[in-house]
Amino acid sequence: MSDVEWINAALIAARPQAIGALLRYFRDLDAAEEAFQDACLRALKSWPRNGPPRDPTAWLILVGRNAALDQVRRQRKQQPLPAEEQISELEDTETALAERLDESRYRDDVLRLLFICCHPDLPATQQIALALRIVCGLSVKQIARAFLVSEAAMEQRITRGKGRVAQAQVPFEAPGAAERAARLAAVAAMIYLLFNEGYSTAQAAGDSRASLCDEAIRLARLLLRLFPAEPEVMGLTALLLLQHARAAARFDAHGALVLLEEQDRDRWDGPLIAEGLALVEKAMRHARPGPYQLQAAIAALHSSARRPDDTDWAQIDLLYAALEQVQPSPVVTLNRAVAVSKVRGAEQALAMIEPLEARLAGYFYFFGVKGALLLQLGREEAARTAFGRAVALANTAAEAAHIRAHLDRLSQGAALEPRSPNEPSVSA
Amino acid sequence: MLYAILCYNDEKVVWSWSKDQDDAVMARLAVVHERLAREGRLRPTARLMPTTAATTVRRGEEPLVIDGPFAETKEQLLGFYLIDVARLTDAIEIAKELAAANPGAGGYEVRPVALFLPGAQHT
Repeated sequence: MSDVEWINAALIAARPQAIGALLRYFRDLDAAEEAFQDACLRALKSWPRNGPPRDPTAWLILVGRNAALDQVRRQRKQQPLPAEEQISELEDTETALAERLDESRYRDDVLRLLFICCHPDLPATQQIALALRIVCGLSVKQIARAFLVSEAAMEQRITRGKGRVAQAQVPFEAPGAAERAARLAAVAAMIYLLFNEGYSTAQAAGDSRASLCDEAIRLARLLLRLFPAEPEVMGLTALLLLQHARAAARFDAHGALVLLEEQDRDRWDGPLIAEGLALVEKAMRHARPGPYQLQAAIAALHSSARRPDDTDWAQIDLLYAALEQVQPSPVVTLNRAVAVSKVRGAEQALAMIEPLEARLAGYFYFFGVKGALLLQLGREEAARTAFGRAVALANTAAEAAHIRAHLDRLSQGAALEPRSPNEPSVSA
Repeated sequence: MLYAILCYNDEKVVWSWSKDQDDAVMARLAVVHERLAREGRLRPTARLMPTTAATTVRRGEEPLVIDGPFAETKEQLLGFYLIDVARLTDAIEIAKELAAANPGAGGYEVRPVALFLPGAQHT
């Protein structure tokens, strides 16, 4: 990694906290972004020469703030503030001051910034786009590519989103406990959505949409650093890490989807799984289960099985049952049915999902699972019909190809095992 | 003489590296690791997960179990080496090599080991 690359990594890492603090200071998102941008340009000039400051984030906040004030003063033809070279030298006093100002508040700064991006007034796609632009610092071009829309359309989406949050007027006072919890939940949901956007639409491991998963994990880690004792934030982070650990194994050489039971488990990412399992274990100590923790625990059981046959389906069934309690959804029941088919047979699983058909009539995985269960029961004609519906509902070419492979094998009379969808359950 | 080399860096930067960036740094460090191993100077060495995965037990009448690291710091302990060298200057040389292979800020604390229990050998 070159110096410039390292500086870029440091700027990205400092971004949420720095913009969060500048936003509190300027009370204006555009002004905060501009000040940060200005500070970054100065960092790129100054850091290679003077070495990186001890606390890059505090440096960026101070320089960004001074640069903006400087401009105001220049407009008033007054004395300019000291240049950033001197700030590096004054570090001890200046940084200490900045810390006193910011340390106690930075958690709420970052949370506010994240919350502004996922304000309930914004539609989901705008929330994600705004977070990617403002918090993660992705360029409009990168975001447009990830969403498969033109740059102009994405620019418009982001501008519109910013306009709406400016009108929404999120208060700048430190939030109370209930408000903080509500913000935390909204931010967690947005991060999960962002991850799913990458996870469900990427067609191969190197796909630009797959980078959305990396950004989501980065945000989840950020949230966990801010709230290290929140079991649901541990659960969310663990869930994303465990799902993402399988990224390389999810597609074959032709870009076709490989579902869990057929994946080459040697291609799973060991360190990501280890971190995910560690977080699940930490979260469970709190004995305050929630939807993210339960889903992470399910993913953990899949990740811990060396071979598909080692999977603890009975435990997975219980966890899905618990998830049905805290977050009832037909998709959760559908996922549970896969576990039920392993533990108690396809007949019971089919009985479980048949009542869901009306509500999941537009859902690809429903017909994929239904087809597989029917096939297991030897009802080939009905299975063919279900798979046909699934192909019609596939969101990606990889999904369609996967089901067509079922149909092809069905025409050849091969017996099939049902498969676990184990996709992150799209909020339904 | 056994020395510990404690690696400190800002984990929010290190853990936001892309996989490619991380792999590149680890490959550069591996060159140093392998040479030290060949020379018989490398002892147990570990890279630690981020402090978000840490749990701290605080002593007290009733020990307190806290999520997160022992202390909130700007730079975190991200890993450590134990090395077997004759003199402090040798240990410092190794720390400099590691620093050269690893970009950015942060630092390496070189500290003599007072007690070392090798533990049971893994087979």
